[in-house]
Amino acid sequence: MAITEHKDVVCTFCGSLCDDLVVEVEDNKITKIKNVCKIGRNRLMHSQLDYAPLKVNGQEASLNDAYDEAARILTEAKAPLIYGLSSTTCEANREAIELTEILKGLIDNPSSYCHGPGVLARQFVGMPSCTLGEIKNRSDLIIVWGANPMESHMRHFSKYSVMAKGMYTPEGRKGRKVVVIDVRPTPSSKTADMFIQVTPGHDFEIASVLRAMLKGLRLEGLDDDSLVGGVPLSRWKEFIELIKASHYGVVMFGIGLTQSKGKDLNIEQIITLVDEINKFTRFYIMPMRGHANVNGCNQVLSWQAGYPLAVSYNKGYPRFNPGEFSVVDMLNRKDVDAALIIATDPGAHLPKSAVDYLKSIPTIVVEPTRNLSTPWANVVIPVAPAGVGVEGTYYRMDNVPLRLKKLVDFPYPSDVEVLRAIKERVSHVKNN
Amino acid sequence: MLKIINGQVYDPTNGVRGEVRDIFIENGKIVKPSSLSQADEIIDASGCVVMPGGVEIHSHIAGPKVNSARSMCPEDHYDHFKGSTSVSRSGTGYTVPTTYLTGYLYSQLGYTTAFEAAVPVLEARHAHEELNDTPMLDSGMYTLMGNNYMIMKILNEKDDIGRRERLRDMITWLLTSSRGYSVKVVNPGGVESWKWNQGGVDLDTPVPPFGITPRKILLELVKGVEGLKLPHSLHLHANHLGEVGNYKTTLETMHTLEGLRTHFTHMQFHSYGITKNNGIKSAAREIADCLNEHPEFTCDAGQIVFGPVTTMTADSPMQFRLHQMTGNKWINTDVEMETGSGIVPMRYSPSVLFNAVQWCIGLELLLLVKNPWQIVLTTDNPNAGPFIAYPSIIKLLMDKDYRKAMIEQLHPKAVRYTNLKDIEREYTMEEIAIITRSAPAKILGLSQKGNLKIGADADVAIYKLQKDKEKMFAQAKYVLKDGRVVLKDGQIVKSILGRRFVVEPDGCKTLLPDMVEDFNNYYSVQLSNFAVQDDYLLRSEVISCG
Repeated sequence: MAITEHKDVVCTFCGSLCDDLVVEVEDNKITKIKNVCKIGRNRLMHSQLDYAPLKVNGQEASLNDAYDEAARILTEAKAPLIYGLSSTTCEANREAIELTEILKGLIDNPSSYCHGPGVLARQFVGMPSCTLGEIKNRSDLIIVWGANPMESHMRHFSKYSVMAKGMYTPEGRKGRKVVVIDVRPTPSSKTADMFIQVTPGHDFEIASVLRAMLKGLRLEGLDDDSLVGGVPLSRWKEFIELIKASHYGVVMFGIGLTQSKGKDLNIEQIITLVDEINKFTRFYIMPMRGHANVNGCNQVLSWQAGYPLAVSYNKGYPRFNPGEFSVVDMLNRKDVDAALIIATDPGAHLPKSAVDYLKSIPTIVVEPTRNLSTPWANVVIPVAPAGVGVEGTYYRMDNVPLRLKKLVDFPYPSDVEVLRAIKERVSHVKNN
Repeated sequence: MLKIINGQVYDPTNGVRGEVRDIFIENGKIVKPSSLSQADEIIDASGCVVMPGGVEIHSHIAGPKVNSARSMCPEDHYDHFKGSTSVSRSGTGYTVPTTYLTGYLYSQLGYTTAFEAAVPVLEARHAHEELNDTPMLDSGMYTLMGNNYMIMKILNEKDDIGRRERLRDMITWLLTSSRGYSVKVVNPGGVESWKWNQGGVDLDTPVPPFGITPRKILLELVKGVEGLKLPHSLHLHANHLGEVGNYKTTLETMHTLEGLRTHFTHMQFHSYGITKNNGIKSAAREIADCLNEHPEFTCDAGQIVFGPVTTMTADSPMQFRLHQMTGNKWINTDVEMETGSGIVPMRYSPSVLFNAVQWCIGLELLLLVKNPWQIVLTTDNPNAGPFIAYPSIIKLLMDKDYRKAMIEQLHPKAVRYTNLKDIEREYTMEEIAIITRSAPAKILGLSQKGNLKIGADADVAIYKLQKDKEKMFAQAKYVLKDGRVVLKDGQIVKSILGRRFVVEPDGCKTLLPDMVEDFNNYYSVQLSNFAVQDDYLLRSEVISCG
C-alpha cells in the first residue's frame, strides 16, 4: 500500500497550532508523525481508535434517529445549553451559534473556567500584544507567569519563544533573559535565568507593587528585605531593572493567574503593568490558550453575537453575562433543562455538582471518541475529528487563523454536518 | 423582468439628474427598456429618488482588529441589538456591530458594496471569514504593505530596474495571498519604527532595519501599483495622523506623489494646522486647494460624528498616543513581518474644542473640494464615527441653515480656528449621489457599480423624497441587490451573500525564490499555510487590471 505524506499539517491539540507536522498515512491509517510533541502525537495517533458509539438512550441507532432525537430534545427544552466548541472548527461554531439562536438557547465554551478571566480583564483595560512571530523575531525578555509551557505547550519554547531564533534574535536562548514566576518549581522554571517562586494568591499584590516600583513611587513600610508574595523586595527590584533594560519583552501567562484568587483582577493588574512599561520600552502580554481552537470559538461568538463567551439568546438576541450565562454557574443553578455538548468532555472537566446535574437532564454529545461523557449521554453522535478527518479553520493563541487539513477518511460525518442536520430539523419544528 | 417606474433617477455617471425614468432589470443587471417583455414585478417609485446602491470605500467592518474591538467592548453592544426574523439573524453593537448586523445596517442606508480598509496578509483569512458572515454587501479588502519587511528589503536594493520588477512581484504575491483588492499603506515606516521604540517618522526619516525612508516607500509603492494597473489606486493613510500641524506632512506627501494616482483616506485627520500656542486650527483650505489643483488625487472625508467611537487602525503608535491621552483601554497587536495595529474606544464631544475643530475641518473639506468626484463621504467607520451617521452628514451638507445652527452648539472658540461658518455651499442631490456611490465606484475601478447604465449590476436604492434629508437617507424605501428586492420599508426581506472582489495582477503569484529563506526563518507559519485558500471565497469576482 502506498504511503501518503502530508506536509505542513496543523496540530489540533493546544493553542500553539504548530503547522509544520509531517504525517504519514498508509491504508487510511496514520502511521508516523514528525515535528510533533508528545501530546500532539498521542492525540493524532489515537484519533482513529475508540470511536464514540452512535446511540440513542443506550441503544444502537441510525444517524437519522440520532438527529431526530437530538432535535426533539432541543426543541422541547425551555432553556437548552449548547456547550464545548473549543476543539472543533470555526465553521462548526458558526452552525452551533445559529442553532442556539433558533432555539433561543444559551451558549458557552470552556474559556469561562480557563482563560475567560483574561478575556474579561481585556474588556476592562484592553491588552497590548503581538503575534508569536514577533516574540521569535524580537523578544529579548520573556516572563512566564502562572504557566508551564514545557508540559502544556511543549513546542512553544523552541518554536516561538524562549529558544526560538529569529530576525533580531539570532542567538536564540542565549540572547534572551527568561523569568518564570510560579508557586512551585516546574520543568519551565528550570529553563529560567530567574525563577521567582511566589506564595499562592499574591499575584495582584505583586503586580501592584511592581507598578509602583516602575513609577518610582515610595513604598511606605517596605524595605529591601520585606516580602511581597513571599519574595524580598530587593529581588523584585532586580526584576524591574530587567524589564526596564529590555527592548521587546513579553509576558506569557497561564491559568495559574486566571484561576487563582483574584482571577480577572490579577490579569487586569498585570495588563496595566504591561501598559505602563510601554512608556519605557515595547512590552506585550499573551494568554497561553489551552484547547487548540478555544480562541476560535471566542472569535466566532464575537463576530456573530458581539460577545466572546457566556451568551444567552433566550430573548431572541444575544445577551452577555459571565456568571449568569457561564456553563458551570448555569449547571449548578439548574438553569438549563437540556444540553448539546460539542467537542469537549464535561464528564472529565466540570465540577462534580455540575456533571451530576448534566446527567439528570437530556444530553446530546457530539464527539469523535469515547470519553467520560459518552457513557451516560442520552444521544451520542460520533464525528470525524477536525484537522484529521475534516478541514476547517482554527485560531492560534495570538489570533492567527490557520486552515486544518484532512488526513484520513472517517466513517462519520463532520460536526458541521451534524449541526446542520439538527438545525434543519429544529427549524422545521419551529416553523410549523 | 423587474421595472422601477415613476422615480426621479440620479445616475451621475450617465448625466441623469433627477429626470423621471423607468429602470428595467433582468438577471441581476440593468437592461434596455423594453416594451416587449412583460414585467414580473413593478415597483412604483413615485415621489422617490432612485440611485445606484451606495458604495463604501473605507470602513473597518471585518477582521482581527474589528473583532478584537467587539470582544473588548460589551458596553458598545448592550443597548444596541436586533432580534432574529425569519429572514435575518440577530446581532448587537453600535460602533462595532456584529457581522450580520453590519450588513443589515448598510442595507438600510441603501448601500450595497463595502470595502474593509486594512488587513494584514497573515490574518486575511479572518477578514474573509467575517465577510462571509456579512450579508447584503459585495465586498473586498485592502492589503497592508507600508511597513512590510520584505517590501522594505526590496526597496533597499540598488539595481533600479531589477528592484521595480521584484517589487511588482512582491505586491502581486501579497495581494493574491491575502485575496486583497488594493494596496493599503498606513503611516509608512512609522509602525516599524514603533516596534523599535523610536518616535514618529517624517517623510525623510530613515526607518529600521534598512534605513528606507517613508518617501521612498510611498513613491515606489504608488508606482508599483500604477505599473500593475490595479483597478484602485494606492490607498494611503499618511504619516502623523491626528497630530496638530500635520497638514504640512500631508501637503508634502501630495507634492511627492504629484502626477501619480493616489487615494488619501480620512483626509480630515490629516488637515490640521497649528496655532501659536500649539493648538489645533483648520488647514482644510490648504489641503482642498491642493486637491483642486490635482485631479489625480482623490480622498475620503473621515468626518467626525459626535458621540462614542471605537478607534482602530494599523497605526499602532498613533493608537498608543490616544491611549496615553485619554487613559482609555487599549489593544495593540504587532503583526510579524507586516504591520501593527491598535484599538482605543473614545468619544467626540461638541463641547471639547479639539473635537469641535475636527468636526468643522471634515465638513470644510467636503465643501471646499470643488469636484465631488474627488471626495467620498466616509467616517473612517468606526474611527471618526459610525457609518450609520451618514444621513446626518448628508443633511449637514445639503442644508446650510441646519449646519449653521449646529455650529452654534460647538465649543464657542471653534469658529476662531475654522472657516466653516463662512461657507455657503449646499450639496445638490446629484452631488450626494456622487460622493456616496458614483465617485467611490469610479475610484475603486468598479465600472458595474455606482451607476445605472445598461449592463451594470442591478444594485439600486430607492429613497422617499423628504424635506429632512437625514430622515430621507436613514431608511431606504427599497433596496435591490443583484436585481432582487432585499429591503423594503427599512426591513430586510431577503438576505443574500455578496461577491468578494479580488484582483489578479500579472506579477509573479509565488514568493520570490530568494525570499523563501526569510519567510521560513522569520514568519511563525509555514509558507504553504500562508495564502488564503479558495475555501474562503464563496462567491468571488475578479476585477481586471488595466
